[in-house]
Amino acid sequence: MFLRLVYESFRRQKRRKLLAGVAIALGVAVATAMIAVATDIGDKINREMRTYRANLLVTPQEDTLDLEIGGVNLKPPSDGAFLNEADLPKIRGTFWRHNIVGFTPMLPAAVRVEGESREVTLRGTYFSKVIRFGKEDFTTGVRSTHGWWKVDGSWPNDESQEVLVGQRLATELGKKAGGSIRIGGEEHRISGVLSSGDVEENEIIAPIAVAQRALGKPGAVRRVYVSAMTKPEDALARRDPKTMNPELFDRWYCSPYVQSIAYQLQEAIPHSHAEQIRQVEQTEGTVLSKIKGLMLLVTLAALMASALAVSAAMATTIFERRGEVGLMKALGGGNSAIAFLFFTEAALLAIIGGAVGYAAGIVLARRIGLAIFNSQIEVQPVLFPVILAIAVMVTFAGSAAAIRRAVLFDPVYALRGEA
Amino acid sequence: MFLRMLVKAAMLRRGRAMSALLAMIVASAVSTAMLNLYADLQAKLRREFRNYGANIAVIAKDGSSLGSDALPKAESALGGLGLAVPFAYVVARTSEGKSVVVAGTDMQQARKLNSWWSVTEWPAASNDALVGVRASDVVGPEGKPFTLSFQERAIQVKPVGKLRTGGSEDSRVYIGLDDFEKWTKLQASTIEITMSGSSEKISAMTARLTQAIPEADVRPIRQVMEAEARVLDKTRATLFAAAALIILTSALCVLATLMGWVFDRRRDFAIMKALGGSARLINGFFAAEAIALGGAGAVIGFAAGLGLAAWIGRVNFHASVVPRFGVFPVVLAGCVAVALISAALPINLLRRIQPAIILRGE
Repeated sequence: MFLRLVYESFRRQKRRKLLAGVAIALGVAVATAMIAVATDIGDKINREMRTYRANLLVTPQEDTLDLEIGGVNLKPPSDGAFLNEADLPKIRGTFWRHNIVGFTPMLPAAVRVEGESREVTLRGTYFSKVIRFGKEDFTTGVRSTHGWWKVDGSWPNDESQEVLVGQRLATELGKKAGGSIRIGGEEHRISGVLSSGDVEENEIIAPIAVAQRALGKPGAVRRVYVSAMTKPEDALARRDPKTMNPELFDRWYCSPYVQSIAYQLQEAIPHSHAEQIRQVEQTEGTVLSKIKGLMLLVTLAALMASALAVSAAMATTIFERRGEVGLMKALGGGNSAIAFLFFTEAALLAIIGGAVGYAAGIVLARRIGLAIFNSQIEVQPVLFPVILAIAVMVTFAGSAAAIRRAVLFDPVYALRGEA
Repeated sequence: MFLRMLVKAAMLRRGRAMSALLAMIVASAVSTAMLNLYADLQAKLRREFRNYGANIAVIAKDGSSLGSDALPKAESALGGLGLAVPFAYVVARTSEGKSVVVAGTDMQQARKLNSWWSVTEWPAASNDALVGVRASDVVGPEGKPFTLSFQERAIQVKPVGKLRTGGSEDSRVYIGLDDFEKWTKLQASTIEITMSGSSEKISAMTARLTQAIPEADVRPIRQVMEAEARVLDKTRATLFAAAALIILTSALCVLATLMGWVFDRRRDFAIMKALGGSARLINGFFAAEAIALGGAGAVIGFAAGLGLAAWIGRVNFHASVVPRFGVFPVVLAGCVAVALISAALPINLLRRIQPAIILRGE
């Protein structure tokens, strides 16, 4: 009998049930999408920043002091220690390899351009090189760690003899993309002109093998910029790993703090020293946490708005059914029996509307992710039961007051249609 | 009479009228808060980004020094909109004959500019030095005064703090600019400037600085500016999507509630019609009611929304969000429009039905 009442109520009042269901689905969809966006935005913006700028620097451990003023290193380029290029693929073998977005080696060398009296810096690097570690291929280089470098022309191929010429140097030498330049008796094609707004504009940028040959040091690398997605540092992150007990050390080692990633890089590359670039790491950490906090608060506002929408819709549908309540009461239905019927209907509506809304929310979150970040925002499946529970709770809360009023109303007035 | 009808209608069905008004208030409060946050986000995030340090560099051409009037010129060009910090550099020798870069700067200003520097203690007295972590291996153990020489002139400084940045600063020794000038007879070669603002503003400032200090190269630091612009764009876009969703949901909620309310009052409508009220009068009555409801909801909701935005600003950015009264007309128009639409739809439906049928309760 009870089941039939519920069934008939859904069958005969399709329009009304549909309206309430749509309201619930809409509210749940907005809530799902917002929660997904808020939990994922930190990751998305972090990745965005990491493909733009490196946050770790690996240098040789035994290196002599840098004599750098205004980005120009006054130290003789052959002076000091070097890292071994053959060790670099090991970066992909560290614990947090999937957090490492890219890395770029740099090797400066002083060279003479034919027809010019002074020396210029030739900087060897990776542009977009395919690195193989184990069975995995990984593409890395300045194009994934130095996002602000712009090239007029085309990027050189890492295996070629092509070079980029910095904008200022190109103007001084009267060179253009597509031309050629003679360095140390070798002819190099200029594939493009680089603008970076920094010292690189006075340099020649070449595949690393060219710089190694100019310097006479095959396989040498001066420093490596590493871009890694990190977790904002906390008290544990700042502790010295040497003072930790093994259990704490494991926890520290297995968290993607910038300090522990630096530690792992030092392990992977022999005789190296890895340090966070504080300007990038610290500033972006605070900005990220602000953005995350903002989205969380906005999500709260969204949840509030959708809870309100759902409860308003429920209150309206129940209010419209006072006549029905009056009839049930006149036929001898108890208050609790009637309330139970309404709550069952509300729960059914919440579950169906919630499921539909959840599916719509997934689509919505993906759309937002694609439109803004060019990558999908995935909704965690764990969210589904949580969202359903919230939907049922909000629907109940929205219906409770209306059901109470409907049940307490005198059936005579209700049946006469006087509210 | 018209007014009395309006007031009585609201008073007699206080519960329903209140719930409609409440929906209106919440919708307009949430919309106000979102619009305010959206308008203020740029300023708030720009402030956070200024911790990056300088975004414009003024560099003497060909490695020479800037004139002594360069800093006042830069400051007057800035007009208080930013911070200008002078830096001077030389390569000096330690007593063991090793080379090290020594930088002179205004310590107080540098501290404000580079809040990302990790410093154990900032020097305050003259001849105090801030030593980079890598340079400290060269100049000797911490705490012991050491001698630096440049072109046969020597200076003895006391290391009071250690500096760690992960950049080239780690290999330098920083001393006060006055000490530096007395020692080397050289002046600042670089002025680093940080100012808040859009990239157009920064380009305009770069042009002004170039004009004011023609002997120097002025350039925006692109890696800082572009990273900032990217993050700002993405965050604004996300917040816009969120605001649109929230405003749409709450508008639909108000629409549903109000439509239910007006539909519920079909008897009032029928009685008015039966008593000979003209279509214009009845429409006017319901329209006036909708406008009153929308207006009241907008005003109360606007105030509540400003409070909500201020609270979010305080919790998240530790600075209140500036109330933007320019948002109010938008919110008011939106509220009244939603209220009018939700009144017009059911009235349109009811108009076609005979009042007698409605009054009979069918």
